[in-house]
Amino acid sequence: MNPAPARDSEPQPLIRLTGVSKIYGTGQAAMHALRGVDLAVAKGEFVAVMGPSGSGKSTCMNIIGCLDTPTRGSYRFNGIEVGDLSRDQRAILRRHCLGFVFQGFNLLNRTSALENVELPLIYRGVPLRQRRRQAATALAAVGLAGWEHHTPGELSGGQQQRVAIARAIVTTPEVLLADEPTGNLDSERSLEVMRLLTDFNQREGLTIVMVTHEPDMAAFASRQIHFKDGAIEAIRTA
Amino acid sequence: MWWETFMLALRAIQRNALRSGLTVLGIVIGVAAVITMVTLGGGATAKVTEDIGKLGSNMLQLRPGQGFHGPGGARVSAEPFEVADAEALAREIANLEAVAPTASRSMQVIQGNENRSTTVIGTTDGFVLVRDWDLEAGRIFNPGELRGGKAVCVIGETVREALFGGLEPIGETVRLDRISFKIIGVLAAKGQTSFGTDQDDLVLVPLRTFQRRIAGNTDVQVIYVSARDGVATDRVKTRMERLMRERRRIAPEAEDDFFVRDMQEIVSTMTSTTRVLTTLLGAVAAVSLLVGGIGIMNIMLVSVTERTREIGTRMAIGAMERDVMRQFLVESVVLAGLGGICGILLGLAAAGVGARLMGVPFVFNPGIVCLAVIFSAGVGIVFGYFPARKAARLDPIEALRHE
Ligand SMILES: Nc1ncnc2c1ncn2[C@@H]1O[C@H](COP(=O)(O)OP(=O)(O)OP(=O)(O)O)[C@@H](O)[C@H]1O
Ligand SMILES: [Mg+2]
Repeated sequence: MNPAPARDSEPQPLIRLTGVSKIYGTGQAAMHALRGVDLAVAKGEFVAVMGPSGSGKSTCMNIIGCLDTPTRGSYRFNGIEVGDLSRDQRAILRRHCLGFVFQGFNLLNRTSALENVELPLIYRGVPLRQRRRQAATALAAVGLAGWEHHTPGELSGGQQQRVAIARAIVTTPEVLLADEPTGNLDSERSLEVMRLLTDFNQREGLTIVMVTHEPDMAAFASRQIHFKDGAIEAIRTA
Repeated sequence: MWWETFMLALRAIQRNALRSGLTVLGIVIGVAAVITMVTLGGGATAKVTEDIGKLGSNMLQLRPGQGFHGPGGARVSAEPFEVADAEALAREIANLEAVAPTASRSMQVIQGNENRSTTVIGTTDGFVLVRDWDLEAGRIFNPGELRGGKAVCVIGETVREALFGGLEPIGETVRLDRISFKIIGVLAAKGQTSFGTDQDDLVLVPLRTFQRRIAGNTDVQVIYVSARDGVATDRVKTRMERLMRERRRIAPEAEDDFFVRDMQEIVSTMTSTTRVLTTLLGAVAAVSLLVGGIGIMNIMLVSVTERTREIGTRMAIGAMERDVMRQFLVESVVLAGLGGICGILLGLAAAGVGARLMGVPFVFNPGIVCLAVIFSAGVGIVFGYFPARKAARLDPIEALRHE
């Protein structure tokens, strides 16, 4: 239970937030979603982010995922100061280094599982044949071999979330960011998804940052970070 | 990347097939209208040009009066011409192929029990040369018949058909005003003009015979002149005018009391009329493309709003602004382009039917088709730009939260 991460043992963590604040709005209506968050995540870690609703978990994830930039403080990804990057440069960073899994899956409707998984490869300019092969491999890795041509509408919630995971890992990103990936699933499906994530974390050394409300799911992580009112309240190491 | 974007656009359009169809209807109708009109217009021009070619495109007509140009329709009293005028033209103007003075009247032509109302033209052998008219059978008047005012005639195909059917007409006689004329020739069929007059419904008799025995005067109404091939008819026209002013003793400040109609002039009038028509059609097309473009912009804005979450997802996955921009721009260009192509096909089909109904040739105009494709795609770019930019500028987080 040490709120300050051990900086000396990890000379350059993959993710480092230093005094990150996020303020929405200005003046009277200013909303402090994050208040001076310090956080370091090393390569290969599996971190769970917990905390009550409105405590700033998603805001923090968006900043880590380079979808948003801090109002104050510094966020370095792999040593790069993300706040200094342009919109397009952040898009490139997401394209090459990050994978997202959302609570609401966010798969494209009426588009087959295979094509959904192919999507990030298209933006990387991977040629069709190779794309198909990689997407099929990723789908097989999440246990969906044979479901390639089903559309999200024809898949169960758990299967849809696994397609979303396949889409996030197909590019072999450095970090997988999951914001309540099991929020819409029953406990059986949730466990399936968690086993999958743990598997990728342990076998491939994939760095995972996951937001969850459920202690059962957080238990899979190697470290639990608890948020309260936009600040880190506690860090528990398993 | 472009190919993927193109396929994506096709799929997005196909998913909302009905909506897309209704959206591009404006473009389809606009393009179809222009293609139809331009194609039919081209066909009509070709037909008229061909007709005038049959009439003899290097033919000029000299008539008394003031033609179409007279001020306020007030006709100057116009003397008819005389045979001497035609002779003067032939003698004094170079580069003429033939001159044919004519006088005509509508009459009954009778053969046995058959009779027909037709136009009887008194003229010379120059008539068939000027009009570039072959004889189906027999011959045209010889100098002796012309000089002597003999009662001989050459009949047109329509008259031959009406009076003789399958029988041989050469050597038979027909009656015109109680005078018997011996048939010495039959003209080859020319068919109808584009204005629907039957060119073959006529009987030719020697001018002198017509003047003496039918008209009872020495008037010549119209003088047909044909220039040699390759000679500019406008120069011939100017010389004819000068000569006629001289012969008819028109004071220098007075207006002509005759006019020369130049077939080539008619052709160029036709062409300029067509050009005006095409310009008008272009304006109509521009308006309909504008309306169609606004429809496309509207539907693209709806589409961007509907797909906000998709856009957010794509951005989270690594789409740059320009990737999103391209996706929506390509979609609107494909939409507008499909509208254009449908319009072209519809227009060509309608023109095909119209050409058959109007009896004009179907003249395919590749220029207007290319223009239609370019313009409709251009509409897609112009009117798709704003919605596409709106999509590209979306904040990824906001977009992902969008319900
Ligand atoms: N775009 C925004 N504009 C204004 N306020 C915002 C915006 N986004 C988040 N907030 C506020 O910031 C605070 C933190 O929000 P955040 O979404 O990070 O919470 P959370 O911990 O993810 O909650 P939950 O568990 O419900 O998802 C909330 O009070 C929220 O109202
Ligand atoms: Mg949240």
